[in-house]
Amino acid sequence: MKPVSLLTKECKTVNYVSGPLIFVQSVKGVSYGEIARITLPNGDVRTGQVLDISRDLAVIQVFEGTSGIDNKETRVQFTGKPPTIDVSIDLLGRILNGVGKPRDGGPDIIPETSLDINGMPINPYARDKPADFIQTGMSTIDALTTLVRGQKLPIFSGAGLPANKLAAQIARQAKVLGEGEKFAVVFVAMGITYKEASFFMDDFERTGALERVVFFMNLADDPTIERLATPRCALTVAEYLAFTHNLHVLVILTDMINYCEALREISTAREEVPGRRGYPGYMYTDLASLYERAGRIKGKKGSITQIPILTMPDDDITHPVPDLTGYITEGQIVLSRDLYRRGANPPIDVLPCLSRLMNLGIGAGKTREDHRNVADQLYASYAYGRDLRRLVAIVGEEALTELDKKYLKFADEFEKKFITQGDENRSLERTLEIGWDLMSMLPEEELKRIKREYIQKYHPAYRKG
Amino acid sequence: MIAGVISRISGPVVLSDQMRGSKMYDVVKVGAEELNGEIIRLDGDLAVVQVYEDTSGLKVGEKVVNTDTPLSVELGPGLLSSIYDGIQRPLPVLVKRSGSFISRGISVSGIDKEKKWDFVASAKKGDRVSGGDIVGTVKEYNIEHRIMVPPPISGTIREIRSGAFTVEDPICILDDGTPITMLQKWPVRRGRPYKKKQDPRSLLVTGQRIFDTMFPVAKGGTAMIPGGFGTGKTVAEQTLAKWSDTQIVVYIGCGERGNEMTDVLTEFPELVDPRTKMPLIQRTILIANTSNMPVAAREASIYTGITMAEYYRDMGYDVALMADSTSRWGEALREVSGRLEEMPGEEGYPAYLATRLAAFYERAGRVVCLGSDERLGSITIVGAVSPPGGDFSEPITQNTLRIAGTFWALDTSLAYRRHFPSVNWIKSYSLYLDSIQDWFVQNGFDEWKEMRDVTMYLLQKEVELQEIVQLVGPDALPESEKAILEVTRMIREDFLQQSAYHEIDSFCPLEKQYCMLKVILNFYNRTSEAMNRGVALNKILKLPLKQEIGRMKELADVSKIKDLIGEIDKNIAALEVER
Repeated sequence: MKPVSLLTKECKTVNYVSGPLIFVQSVKGVSYGEIARITLPNGDVRTGQVLDISRDLAVIQVFEGTSGIDNKETRVQFTGKPPTIDVSIDLLGRILNGVGKPRDGGPDIIPETSLDINGMPINPYARDKPADFIQTGMSTIDALTTLVRGQKLPIFSGAGLPANKLAAQIARQAKVLGEGEKFAVVFVAMGITYKEASFFMDDFERTGALERVVFFMNLADDPTIERLATPRCALTVAEYLAFTHNLHVLVILTDMINYCEALREISTAREEVPGRRGYPGYMYTDLASLYERAGRIKGKKGSITQIPILTMPDDDITHPVPDLTGYITEGQIVLSRDLYRRGANPPIDVLPCLSRLMNLGIGAGKTREDHRNVADQLYASYAYGRDLRRLVAIVGEEALTELDKKYLKFADEFEKKFITQGDENRSLERTLEIGWDLMSMLPEEELKRIKREYIQKYHPAYRKG
Repeated sequence: MIAGVISRISGPVVLSDQMRGSKMYDVVKVGAEELNGEIIRLDGDLAVVQVYEDTSGLKVGEKVVNTDTPLSVELGPGLLSSIYDGIQRPLPVLVKRSGSFISRGISVSGIDKEKKWDFVASAKKGDRVSGGDIVGTVKEYNIEHRIMVPPPISGTIREIRSGAFTVEDPICILDDGTPITMLQKWPVRRGRPYKKKQDPRSLLVTGQRIFDTMFPVAKGGTAMIPGGFGTGKTVAEQTLAKWSDTQIVVYIGCGERGNEMTDVLTEFPELVDPRTKMPLIQRTILIANTSNMPVAAREASIYTGITMAEYYRDMGYDVALMADSTSRWGEALREVSGRLEEMPGEEGYPAYLATRLAAFYERAGRVVCLGSDERLGSITIVGAVSPPGGDFSEPITQNTLRIAGTFWALDTSLAYRRHFPSVNWIKSYSLYLDSIQDWFVQNGFDEWKEMRDVTMYLLQKEVELQEIVQLVGPDALPESEKAILEVTRMIREDFLQQSAYHEIDSFCPLEKQYCMLKVILNFYNRTSEAMNRGVALNKILKLPLKQEIGRMKELADVSKIKDLIGEIDKNIAALEVER
């Protein structure tokens, strides 16, 4: 039992309850953003956060929902503290609920310290440039959408597409070339089903990765509003592991769409002016306050790399959630239903994919000198081949020139051999080799984007001779 | 001094009682931590304050103190190569004070008050001076930082001295005892005065072919770059900041990524200005209010930036201001407006969005500066716009379109094809074509206008032809139209595409641009002629000319490109007609 401070204020003046919000009257000395403990008539205790205060009215969002709260007996106690989470290096290997309390039946966490979950913005001047190539073992990502340490690179998925499988594979395989060190993983489940969560747990267990994973679980049937705190708690832990314990942390957040739904719910309950599709106008800022917590800091060894996963409603990339995410994150990996149906595994559609930090992590000394050129050439040739498919649908393959037929073939082979890889963990060398083999299907003068010296060094025609 | 108490807190907006007598846009210190804020509405005793820092932990009843000054920036030597947050706090100093993360309630001055500068007086005792007159200079890196009399002040110089001074030391004293220092303060929401505006008449050379040759912006003009995510807005803005031929660049990272600012910070000290051979950072002022920094300061960052730009303009310099992204600024307006419970306009944006945007862009321009020497200065604004879903019909894009002189429409489908810069040549336009035509002629690019017109015609024709190809296939086109498609492909791939990362291609001097286009159009003309003679298109395409044209970008030597013109003439003329 913790000692009760003399300064805590308690009142029984809940006046108005609506959705996830309660309005408490006649309060004094309450601070903005502080945590309130709400005791229900039946003795349950819930947690809430102050969203708005005026002279004598405080608006509180209740993380666990408002069912059972009445406006007569319910007691509200203001703690005077911002929302915090107890952190410790021992969190690795543990499964926690949405607000960072153990849910694996294990012992309580003995905190090394307690941190404000909202964190503070990283000073842009203190940031260090992300520069280390992360080999994910996935050809499409390593070669064309390279991930670097300290980046935030989301996966845009559609309902039913295997984004989870991809994320698990990345978490399993990710490594920095030349360093034996594995990533610590902070896994954040927001509103996903038990089945999805257990898929990740099983996968980590099977591959022995579990002891370097911190699991945050807010499942589909857990309180919605708790979801607003979950990623903040998780990122606070990630920051602690990265910048205090010098670990390289990979944060996987799934599914961002559920987080945004919770945001919308609160916003609607507060009767705010809605923005696009009912999402609040400040959603960009809110998402940024999560995504921008990725990065590296000068003078610190650790780093935070984020892979948020989100399901695009109706596969629509212009939906506000993927749209705003794309504006904040440093690129995106997009899964395609078309490719999935054609049997590509993972079904990564390379055309809309992008990694903004790619150039920082590749090239001579980091990956290989021809990496940039190969990436450009593969991309351009595949894009052209895809364009031709549309043309073929209209005029038939016979109408194509010999060269165009080669491009068409190239696009098919690219999907079969390069994109598709199943569970294979490919080294970058192997990935580039496959790339060169594919490019050798095209006439040499078509390889406009590759420097002549690289062609002579790496092109299969020259390698054999 | 007016002091009130907090009566309500809602996100970045705080209401304060007992504030009667305060003025709009006065800066206030909020709460025990003295967070910076600004009054944005007055209602009886009540003042509405937007707070530039995170408000968590504030309590109702804490004090609010009015400083009785509007939000201002400090102007003087020491601005260049600095990096500030939205309210001119130098970020390196914040790192020293609070470590890698920005904590709250830190007050630091924008300009180093300790550092001594070598002031060289140019005015002398007995000179009559008024606002804008230059009294002396200070060397700030390679720039001659001209010390001006702050606008409302005028009088006769009683005393002036050269030597090493801090920015706060008086360097000049007027008859009435008024001291003049190297430091000026200016409220950011009010434009600095000038004598009169002039029409922009010269080209802002950016070294980018799609911009300079196709859709130019004039010095003192305005341009907007809208585009969905991944279309290369930021790369375009950074490229412009790197290569624009202005003496000063102000780069505002408004609500964007932290890593992008790091990028600029690490890259600019290493890159060299192709004209002055000095590191780019030495002519650059950076303002970084990243997306996770407080939203109200994001709103202020745009004004902080433009005021600094105006200060250097007043010295008689050409300044380029890059704002990335104005949409985030508009969203900050929307967020604050929502908290004020104002009646929303389109998509929740406040009804005054258009007015604010226009007021900002109108601070660009080419002006005759205050002061007796009739010097000219200019500010060119390039604003990035991030329309949700890449949909240009949204309010910020549409309202900016009405004001901006050049429209560079970035296109997602071009970006998907890795055609960079992904400026759509059909949708984009420039309103400066006529006013800068003379400039091109004076600088020896006589045929620029005609060449550009032909290029645009061909590109437009390509769109029509592509539609036919989509329907019936390429074989159905006559040879002459196939030739057009070949040439437009050349224009697109070998001229419009430009790599921002290639060591030579990233900056393409105007002369090279001109020659490159000339080569391609010459190829088109000679091809047309040859085909009229009866030469088959295939035969022309088999010549090695196509490859040569494709490698033009990578050539640093313009004379080699010029030689291509003759080579094309010779090779095509030598082709014989097959019987």
